[in-house]
Amino acid sequence: MIVVGPARINAAEQFAALSAGGAGGIATFVGLVRADDGVATLELEHYPGATEAALQRLVDEARERWGLIDARITHRVGAMAPGDVVVFVGTAAAHRAPALEACAFLIDRLKTDAPFWKKETRGGETRWVEPRGSDDAAAARWSV
Amino acid sequence: MLYFAWVRERIGRGSEVVDPPGEVVTVADLIGWLADGSAVHSAAFADRTRLRAALDQVFVPLEAVLGSAREVAIFPPVTGG
Repeated sequence: MIVVGPARINAAEQFAALSAGGAGGIATFVGLVRADDGVATLELEHYPGATEAALQRLVDEARERWGLIDARITHRVGAMAPGDVVVFVGTAAAHRAPALEACAFLIDRLKTDAPFWKKETRGGETRWVEPRGSDDAAAARWSV
Repeated sequence: MLYFAWVRERIGRGSEVVDPPGEVVTVADLIGWLADGSAVHSAAFADRTRLRAALDQVFVPLEAVLGSAREVAIFPPVTGG
């Protein structure tokens, strides 16, 4: 299931939904707004329609590749504060290995394949976040 | 046309309708044509290495042929997650 929107993400609720499917193993990744480098607010922009479609393609690929029972990506957009959940990725499978691998695949590829843009405000100054080369390398390791 | 993030901010709007001439074949041609027609677009598109594109909501390289695409999006490299 894919959700992209401005509502606060409740990781416990997301986890409960994954647990309901009878899986033997669940893996989750929860990304938070970092508070340790002076960021006051983070704003997330997306490409409505294209973003959801890109996330759905990733979920479909993960389900097929790892035989998942369930997979969820919930990504917040709009303004948020340090400590807020930006993204929740969760995978449910019969055993731990496919759940863990599929969860890593989804967050790594989300970073390079889904149209989101981050803008930080710190000390009254705003700047668009630059992509990191390490993100490309992390995504590339899942190429088949 | 759709613009996102700092491309949108520099152009001053998130969308516009354009009607390029026949010699505009690729996304890169379209960017060049828009830049030639306006100082604002020219400034926003100054560094082509920092631009990415989508045709009808699918990521494509700048060399991609526009074909019958109805929606062209120009934006910086993505930074989600």
